[in-house]
Amino acid sequence: MSAHDHDHHHDHDRDHEGSHLDEVELRVRALETLLTEKGYVDPAALDVFIETYETKVGPRNGAKVVARAWSDETFRRWLFDDATAAIASLGFTGRQGEHMVALENTPDIHNMVVCTLCSCYPWTVLGLPPVWYKSPPYRSRAVIDPRGVLEDFGVAPPEATKIRVWDSTAEVRYMVVPMRPDGTDGMSEDLLADLVTRDSMIGTGLPLAPKAAPGMQK
Amino acid sequence: MNGPHDLGGAQGFGAVVPERDEPWFHADWERRAFALVLAMGATGAWNLDMSRYARERIPPADYLASTYYDIWRKGMERLLVEQGLATAEEIAGGRSARTPAKLSRKAMAADVLPALARGAPTEREAVAPARFKQGDAVRARTMNPVGHTRLPRYVRGRNGRIAAIRGVHVFPDSNAMGHGEDPRWLYSVAFEARELWGEEARAGDEIRIDLWEAYLEPV
Repeated sequence: MSAHDHDHHHDHDRDHEGSHLDEVELRVRALETLLTEKGYVDPAALDVFIETYETKVGPRNGAKVVARAWSDETFRRWLFDDATAAIASLGFTGRQGEHMVALENTPDIHNMVVCTLCSCYPWTVLGLPPVWYKSPPYRSRAVIDPRGVLEDFGVAPPEATKIRVWDSTAEVRYMVVPMRPDGTDGMSEDLLADLVTRDSMIGTGLPLAPKAAPGMQK
Repeated sequence: MNGPHDLGGAQGFGAVVPERDEPWFHADWERRAFALVLAMGATGAWNLDMSRYARERIPPADYLASTYYDIWRKGMERLLVEQGLATAEEIAGGRSARTPAKLSRKAMAADVLPALARGAPTEREAVAPARFKQGDAVRARTMNPVGHTRLPRYVRGRNGRIAAIRGVHVFPDSNAMGHGEDPRWLYSVAFEARELWGEEARAGDEIRIDLWEAYLEPV
């Protein structure tokens, strides 16, 4: 997989966005050529970085953590006591997940995670962040108007529930453990994991109801 | 620095618009820019805090008009020049015109997965006791450093309390400037929404933010 193999996929983008996109593409291609020629980067390593974050790391990891916490009380306590170690026991370690804290949603507290200064996000359990998470509307408003932001996501916590917003300003990475949905007694961890959405682990969404989960439609 | 990146509490940016079934990358150049930044980070030519500081120094109008991975690209181009790894002309032309700089490491394909799995923990051994304990009342200092800082404007001068002690971590204000890790105690500090935003905020809502000891004073 090299830069050039991908060109044909994006001709339609160019039609819509015009010369600016052309310019950025050219700048990045020039950078890759230069840094490779200088011997600073290995083109094959670039492909491994991309492949890892496109195919190996993503919110399915976090969903497994949540499903385990919902199913196993010992694991649940470990997760809230030492999230880094508990999550590592499922095989999820490393970059942008070195220091993990798990946040428990309850009927009284709804947790929500933001990085107002940039884009800090728990890559090991959620993968790379979506564009909205990294963009000014979310970064500016999550701390001053969290209920307004939740409304943008169609989420309306009960009046009595308090909102706790976590601004990731250091290297600690946060994941929300949403409340287990009703009607899931006796479900396997695999089926429970299907209910756990990315946004429910950021705190801007809720888990799916059992009948809406992909695994239950089979 | 009071740069364009310090967005907490700013208004007028409009609604959050999530994208359904969002792809990991929206164009191939985003993939390549992402990988180049990670690969250059792995060379040790700069640290992650220096990368962040380089992005924050993009002029405000340019920063706010740029997409995310283009901000990464612009930050990296700045670092390449500042660290003497390439000239602006080489970057624009995509051709090397000078002898390459000597770098201590290079990420080869086989190294990538083990390095990602290790990550880069920032916790360090304590050399002094923590000044604050859980429950202590603190105030975020009023300060306006021109370098990198993780003390956002919206909490400066506001009262909060220590909610948890996170250990001793690399101090980005120093590390980003190339002045060494200078590890310091890090705390999770709770601020009531009303303390930050006034009476219109909802009683009981809280903002929790990770702050280094140097940002805090006792109340």
